[in-house]
Amino acid sequence: MQFWIIQGLNSLSLGGLLFLLSSGFSLIFGLMRLANLTHGAFFMLGTYFGAVALREYSGLSIWVTALGAGIVVAALGGLFERLVLTRLKTNPLGQVLVTLGMSFIISDACLVLWGGDSIPVPTPRNLQAPTRLFGFVFPTYRLVLVGIAVAAAVALYLLIDRTRLGAMIRAGVDDRQMARAVGIPVSRLFTIVFCLGAGIAGAAGVLGGPILSAYPGLDADMLPLALIVVILGGIGSLFGAFVGSFIIGFIYTFGTALVPDLAYIILFLPMIFVIAFRPQGLFGRLGT
Amino acid sequence: MKWFAGAIIAAVLLLPPLFAGDFYVNLASQILIAAIFALSLNLLVGFGGMTSLGHASYLGVAAYLSALLTSRYGFGHGTAALLSILGTVAMAAFFGVIALRATGLGFLMITLALSQVLWGLAYRMSDVTNGDNGITGLTRPAPFGISLDSPVAFYWFALIVAVIAFVMMAIFVSSSFGSSLKGVRDQPRRMAALGFNPWMIRWITFIYAGFWGAVAGLLYVYYNKYIHPTSLSTTSSAEALLGVIAGGSGTLGGPAVGAALVLLLKNYASAYIERWNMLLGLVFLFIVLVMPTGIVPGVHKLVERLRGRSS
Amino acid sequence: MTASSSDLALDVMGLNKAFGGLKVTQDISLSVRPGERRLIIGPNGAGKTTLFNQISGDMRPNAGKIKLFGQDVTRLAPYQRAHLGLSRTYQIITLFAGDTLEHNVTLGLLGLLPSRWQMWRPLSSYRDLASEARRTLDSVGLLQLAEHPVSELAYGEKRRVELAMALSQKPRVLLLDEPLAGLSDSERATVKALIASISKNVTVVMIEHDMDTALDLAETVTLLNYGRVIVDGERDKVIADKRTREVYLGA
Repeated sequence: MQFWIIQGLNSLSLGGLLFLLSSGFSLIFGLMRLANLTHGAFFMLGTYFGAVALREYSGLSIWVTALGAGIVVAALGGLFERLVLTRLKTNPLGQVLVTLGMSFIISDACLVLWGGDSIPVPTPRNLQAPTRLFGFVFPTYRLVLVGIAVAAAVALYLLIDRTRLGAMIRAGVDDRQMARAVGIPVSRLFTIVFCLGAGIAGAAGVLGGPILSAYPGLDADMLPLALIVVILGGIGSLFGAFVGSFIIGFIYTFGTALVPDLAYIILFLPMIFVIAFRPQGLFGRLGT
Repeated sequence: MKWFAGAIIAAVLLLPPLFAGDFYVNLASQILIAAIFALSLNLLVGFGGMTSLGHASYLGVAAYLSALLTSRYGFGHGTAALLSILGTVAMAAFFGVIALRATGLGFLMITLALSQVLWGLAYRMSDVTNGDNGITGLTRPAPFGISLDSPVAFYWFALIVAVIAFVMMAIFVSSSFGSSLKGVRDQPRRMAALGFNPWMIRWITFIYAGFWGAVAGLLYVYYNKYIHPTSLSTTSSAEALLGVIAGGSGTLGGPAVGAALVLLLKNYASAYIERWNMLLGLVFLFIVLVMPTGIVPGVHKLVERLRGRSS
Repeated sequence: MTASSSDLALDVMGLNKAFGGLKVTQDISLSVRPGERRLIIGPNGAGKTTLFNQISGDMRPNAGKIKLFGQDVTRLAPYQRAHLGLSRTYQIITLFAGDTLEHNVTLGLLGLLPSRWQMWRPLSSYRDLASEARRTLDSVGLLQLAEHPVSELAYGEKRRVELAMALSQKPRVLLLDEPLAGLSDSERATVKALIASISKNVTVVMIEHDMDTALDLAETVTLLNYGRVIVDGERDKVIADKRTREVYLGA
């Protein structure tokens, strides 16, 4: 029974992490129609940032580190968007290719800077003791991670639904030309959303550190998960990303635990079903 | 002008086995394999307007199938090659049905996700694929009893396959089906209104591109006598895509030139720089920002301008 | 108009199409007899092109039926309707800009032929297709430009190519979406003459925004507004109808 509970919690925490990762991806794709293939690398950069920072300064709080990583990655993302992506406005294929190129650059840079061994990220000390609930033992950090994901989901929802920035984003997602015509600074919006997406991914990288560790290839492991979540949940739908993340979190965790050889195929199946029977995803608003 | 270019190309292709040392002959073989792979991808990208980031799936699966059939199940090379190609083509048909539910970026994402799944499987299913160790100790076929173990012999073999591939793709592209493919790329709605079935045209092309990708995969595993999951990686697909775009997706031969350049760059750069991936990424950025239509069209334009000036 | 479906070239019954809350097509029914020249008019946003899109299959209606010579085509894809004899031109030019005129028309001819699937003979080797294409171009007075890329043509000439492509398929029903839009006076006269000369074997349904230009080509007229059929019948009766004036004067 403990096994099922633990796997269940692992699923939830992975789902939470995936949501933090794919929410940014979904936002960027929804508004900018850009499949940001650098997204896994942004996440990994955050994880490395967290691993190295916490290794050097053991007194540092993981929350501060996550915030710091988020800001650094957001800044990097913003530079990339301004210097490279804006020049390719008329070349959507080119945009995808440079995000791919950028992901190669970042992942190799991590290899150069921090070597090929995996660097663990310590769980914050005050969350190391397990929690006992209903007679079961839960790793506390994972519980907290789920809570953070839910909080982030609520925060993003409020941002998109209740603020002026959110209204502009929604307008841009629905009809970019119309938004521009009514005076919404679409170009600046793109930069803001790209930075936001990258920053969330970077922060998520730190938060995922205690579970995943920083290792070369983390970006290649995370990016397809984000892709599958967004394909499943539907592009342009934050709610879809939320639901999709937890579905994939469960499938991946239980799959790896029960049938490790076939875990990837099991991930594959919901994606095939969705594409075959509902190509716009569970909650998608745009046709791919 | 065309005869001149043709003569030069023939000379370039015939030089290595006749005059160069083993290292360069082997390099030339690798270039031929990369060229076939890039040409097969360009059927999708340039002629079909479908950009795929998962083309390594077909190279890798064909290679793995051949490796397993010959080393583990005792099949002869001829049968193994046939079965590998059939298996890969069947997979391409299946993948095509899934990927073609979308177009544009959705298509790209699905092809990427599918190939990543295969890559993950190759790593995880170690009792079948040997995981990170790869499958070693493979042999090259001996068509008509002729051994392909020497670099020169393999080069001739690869060259014959490459020429056949190029000619067949040239025929495909200029046929009525090829014209309808280009039509669907440019104006899918108009083509449907004229009576063409856009989905079927794309799907058949997808399968055909997978077929030639499988052929490249067989040559790849014969050349290396070894197969590893990295052959299925996104880097592998990306290198082919870079070759297509750098060489020029609008031409038939451009991707071959681009693939050659990418391979040469990889070979020479890795002598000086350890980080090939980073260089690959930078080259991507450079090509897309500076030369989006590719090298072959760029050179063509340059030649036209020079001829224009002198006449 | 109580002819049964199988006597009609085009029978549209109770077509409904909504985008979210916006009802673009509301219960539209149309009966077009073989050989008829029908003009569909209405102000901007009346739903004319959406109606065409549903007839050609580019859009799926939410409810209703479409029959082509008695055959239910509602669930058929656009390419299948082309094989049943439906042809259409578009409001925006959707020609193959980088290709020659001859290639454009040849593609049009290829669409209904089994040889479109053939993968080994070069398209240029089909002599009869090439001469048929040239004959079609000649019939619209553009043979001299056959080797020129479409991108070099004037707008009016492109419209004529579109028409040529649609006619080259020898359709039974031809849908023309604003064929006279954006043309100069002389170009308009040429295109009008072309349309007028279309054989009676072809049923022609035309959308035009500007009533005056297209009226002499029409036998019957359907007036749409806000996605509904307002008036439908013989040309002179529809023009005289007070509802027509209301729609156009915004009463």
